[in-house]
Amino acid sequence: MTKGLIHSIESMGLVDGPGIRTVVFMQGCRLRCIYCHNPDTWSMENEKAQQMYPEELVERIERFRPYFGSKGGVTFSGGEPLIQPDFLAEVLKLCKARGISTCLDTAGVGRGSYDRILKNTDLVLLDVKHYTPEGYRQMTGGEIDRFNKFLEDVQKYRIPIWIRHVVVPGYTDSQEHLEGLERYISSIRGIDRVELLPYHTLGEYKYKEMGIKYPLEGVPAMREEELATWNERLNSGLAG
Amino acid sequence: MGIDVNCTAWRGFRTGEWRHLVNVRNFIQKNYTPYYGDADFLAPISLKTQRVWEKASELILEEIKHGIIDIETEVVSGIDNFEPGYIDRDNEVIVGLQTDAPLKRIVNLYGGMRTAKSALEQFGYQLNPEVEKHFRLYRKTHNDGVFDAYPKRTRLARTAGLLTGLPDAYGRGRIVGDYRRVPLYGTAFLIEEKERDLDQLDGPMTDERIRLREEVRMQIRALEEMCSMAEKYGCDISRPAENAREAVQALYMAYLAGAKENNGAATSLGRTSTFLDIYIQRDLENGLLDETGAQELIDQFVIKLRLIRHLRTPDYNELFGGDPTWVTESIGGIGVDGRPLVTKNSFRFLHTLTNLGTAPEPNLTVLWSKDLPEGFKRYCSMMSIKTDSIQYESDELMRPMYGDDYCIACCVSAMAVGKQMQFFGARANLAKSLLYAINGGIDEKKGIKVVPDIELDTDEVLDYPKVLGNYKKVLAYVAELYVDTINIIHYMHDKYAYESSQMALHDTLVERLAAFGVAGLSIAADSLSAIKFASVRPIRDEKGIAVDFEIQGEFPKYGNDDDRVDDIAVELVSYFSAELKKHPMYRNARHTLSALTITSNVMYGKKTGATPDGRKAGEPFAPGANPMHGRDANGALASLNSVAKIPYRDVCQDGVSNTFSIVPRALGRSEGERVENLISVLDGYFVKGAHHLNVNVMDRQVLLDAMEHPEMYPTLTIRVSGYAVNFNRLSREQQLEVIKRTFHDEM
Repeated sequence: MTKGLIHSIESMGLVDGPGIRTVVFMQGCRLRCIYCHNPDTWSMENEKAQQMYPEELVERIERFRPYFGSKGGVTFSGGEPLIQPDFLAEVLKLCKARGISTCLDTAGVGRGSYDRILKNTDLVLLDVKHYTPEGYRQMTGGEIDRFNKFLEDVQKYRIPIWIRHVVVPGYTDSQEHLEGLERYISSIRGIDRVELLPYHTLGEYKYKEMGIKYPLEGVPAMREEELATWNERLNSGLAG
Repeated sequence: MGIDVNCTAWRGFRTGEWRHLVNVRNFIQKNYTPYYGDADFLAPISLKTQRVWEKASELILEEIKHGIIDIETEVVSGIDNFEPGYIDRDNEVIVGLQTDAPLKRIVNLYGGMRTAKSALEQFGYQLNPEVEKHFRLYRKTHNDGVFDAYPKRTRLARTAGLLTGLPDAYGRGRIVGDYRRVPLYGTAFLIEEKERDLDQLDGPMTDERIRLREEVRMQIRALEEMCSMAEKYGCDISRPAENAREAVQALYMAYLAGAKENNGAATSLGRTSTFLDIYIQRDLENGLLDETGAQELIDQFVIKLRLIRHLRTPDYNELFGGDPTWVTESIGGIGVDGRPLVTKNSFRFLHTLTNLGTAPEPNLTVLWSKDLPEGFKRYCSMMSIKTDSIQYESDELMRPMYGDDYCIACCVSAMAVGKQMQFFGARANLAKSLLYAINGGIDEKKGIKVVPDIELDTDEVLDYPKVLGNYKKVLAYVAELYVDTINIIHYMHDKYAYESSQMALHDTLVERLAAFGVAGLSIAADSLSAIKFASVRPIRDEKGIAVDFEIQGEFPKYGNDDDRVDDIAVELVSYFSAELKKHPMYRNARHTLSALTITSNVMYGKKTGATPDGRKAGEPFAPGANPMHGRDANGALASLNSVAKIPYRDVCQDGVSNTFSIVPRALGRSEGERVENLISVLDGYFVKGAHHLNVNVMDRQVLLDAMEHPEMYPTLTIRVSGYAVNFNRLSREQQLEVIKRTFHDEM
């Protein structure tokens, strides 16, 4: 049986998917996004992370079930949940079998097995880092092809999508960039919601603690109010 | 005699047993109209209310500035000892003040002379020397009586802070008269009923019978005084109320009599909104009142409740910050027949928070059930988020024990209205008790031996079975001492400071509950967990007393939904409750227990040395049954789940208090989502078997306060998507950053 590596569990997440959700932050990510606020989840060698069997994790989640109501459930976040495919697929299967709603908060860069994973996923919170290969490389240090493969599968299995996009001042906040995002989004099927997330600096102290350089040093946080109009515009065009 | 069943006061009411004997519940059940709709019907503040509230608000602001408006120094407490007073006579729809002027406080000497003097002196006031001289000469106080009887062991426990906040120098409070009886029946009928009870209380004159006969006579006198007091305001409460205004007025007069006579810590109101709705509904149907008028009655009633004050000592204010009176009104709940006890008037009470602005008093308490009407749930949730002024308690948990006509006294104490009363018992310090188990019964701060026959622990590393064994011995001793102490207090309180007006509105053969309490539950549980799962080395002074502890290794902490430590907490309260019950109570009162400290957790912390969980000497305890702040690593639901395990029925049956703090944005993106999410939190928590939740939806100012006083805001979570952090775990610099971030403005 595969054990998973869990960074931490936030029992009460209310802004990562619909309703009240228990958020499982999974350890490990291969992207190095310049604005990442959870650098403590990158490595697969974090001694503070805990190893858990799928059943163990599901038992844990079960304890919070009375709070989920009709909309809530569990959200797997990270780190990148997709890089522990066997464990993730198993946990999702167990959750679905118990009738717990499942949600994946992902940047779409994993290690395959997407069919097994998406089969038991109710909603994907898809973090669109950028929509051009160059921009993607600049934001993440990775290649967009792998993301595209995952997005293809999500659409193939007709999983509802919430698009998320972090807006960083000086990088992804221009009119031009957001218009480009709008065109890009219109090409994706199954989007229920778009969330522009304002860049914030709350993760900066983690870099200091870890002794690594903060890539966006000096870049100011983004005000949510400034995104209100765009948020509205991007959501108004959605079919359902 | 009795009341003519065809009287105009009762016209239109459906008949029932209530017409022939005092039975308010029966009247409510036969006549109330459940309301399943939303809040659209509510009316804004009336012009008259606006005028009265403006004047009252000015005075309240002035009081905050100076600490006091005025004190009556010529007369002492009593139901009918004061001339009538007004705020703005022409615009007051509901009248009556404690003294002849708003916010002018009463001196109560019956509790204790020294307490009253110290309270007066802090503001530079002096009681009329003649009054003081005669009172001293001719009247013994509750405090005198208690200290005449206290054994040495109680005095030691008091000095050391093992038992704290004991009502031995101030009013015990938490007695809630069934104030609804006065509007429904009038005092004349209530007096007749009490006279009849008195006649029946005949037979061999035992202690108890003599005492009760004397008390019933005092109750009758109190009803007469209540009537005379109301008459000075031009209100005839001797007969049943004819309409809604009279009903609100008479109910308030009954309550006011209690607030003039006594200065109990908690002066709670009961469960009045649905009762009053019956009168309002009848007037609305008969065209005698419109919604604006209905809201005006409730707004003006609530203004009066917001002005209730007691004169407190500086010590008391240190214990309970913010001048609280706990005018608790219990709202909602479900009837035993399944119909919700929610009426339009339940909404009107909560709506005062909009019309008059937010305030901590009256202490609006919603009796929650997942089966409450959706419209009401949504309105409560919305008002919680908007005003931060509502607490919630599980109706599903309490109804099977207390029926469907119970109320909450103070914060969490349930009692059947008019049928049960409570002997308030303050609390015992569980954390300090644990230190006694390690330190051979010697107080770590005072150096005196408080608990006998406990061996001094000299182990280099604390041994769990040994510490636990000694701890149980200490707790058994504390339980006996605690019961004995509370027995003395209530014997003397009944004798020297009897609450005759409040007890007059109870059944003569009342059931008594003895409410014991614990402080430091989470610290005791975490300390035991540290000793059990990690390695704890005491650092001892030259006398062998542990003054600090060194912990090596990890241990499970209460507040993470981890059974290994949560079970320790459960075992602890269960054991202590069982020990208490071994010792008989004065007047056959039933032992109950609470884990409740709202603000006094700071003071308990001050008096307690360093504990084996890593808490330093003097650091505050967590409030109530809350986990210690900063120790929950799994978010708020895990913390709620830990507290939900503390058993209510038969163990902590006087209440398990929990405080939940959150900033609005963490509760959801839109207002609609926040409202839905808070409902889910409440539904989930109470389905888990929990008892009480204080919901703090905090603004920026409060967050700043949380930086200074983290112990008051456990589980405070700040959330942005995909990122979670417990506020109390951040450095000061980080906290400032979060505040800036959360509220979008510069510091």
